[in-house]
Amino acid sequence: MNTVLRIEDLHKSFKIGFIPKGKKILNGISLEVHGGEIFGYLGPNGAGKTSTLKCVLGLIFPDKGDIEIFGQSNLSVRAKEKIGFLPENPYFYDHLSATEFLSFYSDLTLVKKENKQAQIERLLQLVGLKQAAGLQLRKFSRGMLQRIGLAQALINDPSLVFLDEPLGGLDPLGRKEMRDVIVRLKEEGKTVFLSSHILQDIEMICDRVAILVEGQIINQGTLQDLISEKVTVTEITVSGIQIEDCEGLGEHYSAQGGRILLKVYEEEKIANVLQLVQDKKGEIHALIPRTETLEDIFMGAVKQR
Amino acid sequence: MKIRAIAFNTFKEAIRDRILYLLLFFAAVCIIFSRILALLTVGDRAKIITDVGLASLSLFGVLMAILIGTGLVYKEIDKRTIYTLLSKPIQRYQFLLGKYLGLLLTLFVMLVLMALIFLVLLLLYNYPVGGSFFIAILFIFLELCLITAVAMLFSCFSTPILSTLFSLSFYLIGHISWGLETLLNKIPQGGVKTLARFLYVFLPDLENFNFKTEVVHHLPIPPKIILFSTLYGLFYTVFILALAIIVFRRRDFI
Repeated sequence: MNTVLRIEDLHKSFKIGFIPKGKKILNGISLEVHGGEIFGYLGPNGAGKTSTLKCVLGLIFPDKGDIEIFGQSNLSVRAKEKIGFLPENPYFYDHLSATEFLSFYSDLTLVKKENKQAQIERLLQLVGLKQAAGLQLRKFSRGMLQRIGLAQALINDPSLVFLDEPLGGLDPLGRKEMRDVIVRLKEEGKTVFLSSHILQDIEMICDRVAILVEGQIINQGTLQDLISEKVTVTEITVSGIQIEDCEGLGEHYSAQGGRILLKVYEEEKIANVLQLVQDKKGEIHALIPRTETLEDIFMGAVKQR
Repeated sequence: MKIRAIAFNTFKEAIRDRILYLLLFFAAVCIIFSRILALLTVGDRAKIITDVGLASLSLFGVLMAILIGTGLVYKEIDKRTIYTLLSKPIQRYQFLLGKYLGLLLTLFVMLVLMALIFLVLLLLYNYPVGGSFFIAILFIFLELCLITAVAMLFSCFSTPILSTLFSLSFYLIGHISWGLETLLNKIPQGGVKTLARFLYVFLPDLENFNFKTEVVHHLPIPPKIILFSTLYGLFYTVFILALAIIVFRRRDFI
C-alpha cells in the first residue's frame, strides 16, 4: 500500500509562563496514512491533535522527528501543492467576498488561470454556497465559514486533505452534508486525514483510526481490529409484564408508558425474555444488540492513563 | 506571481479599512490649514505653505505606514488566517514580501492622493512648483519604505501597541540622530566618543530623506546627495527586510 503521509517519532514542547517552562505537547508520535483512505485522528481536547497537524503543515517546528508527505519533506512547496487544509473554527479575510477569497487562494496554488473560474463555481456548488458567492465573509455564519473553509482546502484539487474538527459548529443537516462530502472525496481517490473528538463521525466513515492521549498514540489500526464484533449487551424494551418477573434476566429499568428496558448480558437469556413476554401476552418494542463502540475503547483508554 | 496575489490582497484589505480614509481626511485638513497659517504670517507665504504641506505629507504617510504596518503580520496570526495561507504552496518569505509590497502600494496611492491635493492648492494660488518638489515627495516615499519595513519587523514578534511604540521611536530617533555628528566634533577622544561614533554609524539617519529646506528655499539638490540618500534608503530597507524574514522563518504559530 502506498504511504502518503509518514510521521516518525514526533516531539514538540512549548515554553510557557513568565519564567519559561517547557511543556511537552507531543511525545513521540509515529503514524502512516495510506493512499485513498479516511484516517481518523482521535483524542480528547488538548491531546495534541491540532499540534500534530500544525507540525505537518509547517506552522510550528517539531523539536525532533520526521514528517514526509508523498515521500517529500513536509516543508517543501512540492508537498504543499498536493495538500489541502481546513483548520478548526476557520476564520478568513472578512473584507473579501466568497468568490474573491477563493480566487485569491487559487492564485497561491498551481490552478491554471483558464480553469480558475470553473473550479471556484464547482466548489461553491459542492459546499452549497452558490447563493452567497458575492457576500462578504464578515456576514457569514459559523457554518458557512466552515463550508467556505472546505472549499478553500479543495481549491488546488489536493490528493491529501487535512480536516481539523470539520463537523464542529455545524447543525445536524450540515454534519450530514459534510460527511457526505468527505465520503465523496474518498470516492474521488483522495486521502482524508480527519481529526475529531466527535466519535460517531469517525466511526461512521473512517477506515483506520489512531487514538491520541496526552501526546502519545495509544492505539491505532482498522476499525475492525480495534472493535470486536461480539455482542456485549442486548437491550430489550418490553411492556405488559411486571418488573418483578424480570429478576435474574439482567439489569432492568422502568421506562415511560409502563415499558421496561432490560439489559441482557448473557445471550442464552434472550430466549427466556422472549418466552416470558409470550407467556404474559406482553409486547416487544425493541431488541437491539450492542457491540463494542469506538467510544468504549476511547473511554477505556483515557481512563487507563 | 504568489507574492503579487498576497500584495493585492493586502492592498484590498487596506483600502477597505476605514482608518486609512480618516488619516487621508486629516492630511487634507492639514494641507489646507497651511494656507490659513500662511495668512497669519508676515513674509513669504509660499514658503510656509510648502513647508507645512510637505511636513503633513510626511507625517501622515508615516502614521499610515506605522498604524497599518504594525498590524500587518500580527493580524494574520491573531485572526489565524495565516494557518490556511501558509499551508498553501508558498514560502514564508513570499508571504512577508507580499504583505510588504501590498502596503507599499497602498502608501504610494495615498501619497499620490495627498500630493495631488497639495499640488492643486499650490497651483490655485499660483505658487511656483519646481522639480525639487517632486524629488522631495519621492524621498518621503523612500522614507516610508524604510519605516514600513521597520514596522513589519516589529510586527513579526510583537503586539501592535508595542510595535507602534518601537516604530515611532525609530522614526523620532532617525530624525534627531544627526545631532550626534555635532556631538562627535565637540567631545574629546575616549570611551564616550567611541560610543557616540558607534551610535552614529548604526542609528538610522532619516534626515537623509528630508529635502524640505531645499524645496522651500528653491535651493538646488546636488545629484551626489540624491544618489547617496537613495542608496542609503535602499540598503537600510533591504537590511531590515532581511532581518524580518530571518525572524519570521523559524517562528511557531501557536
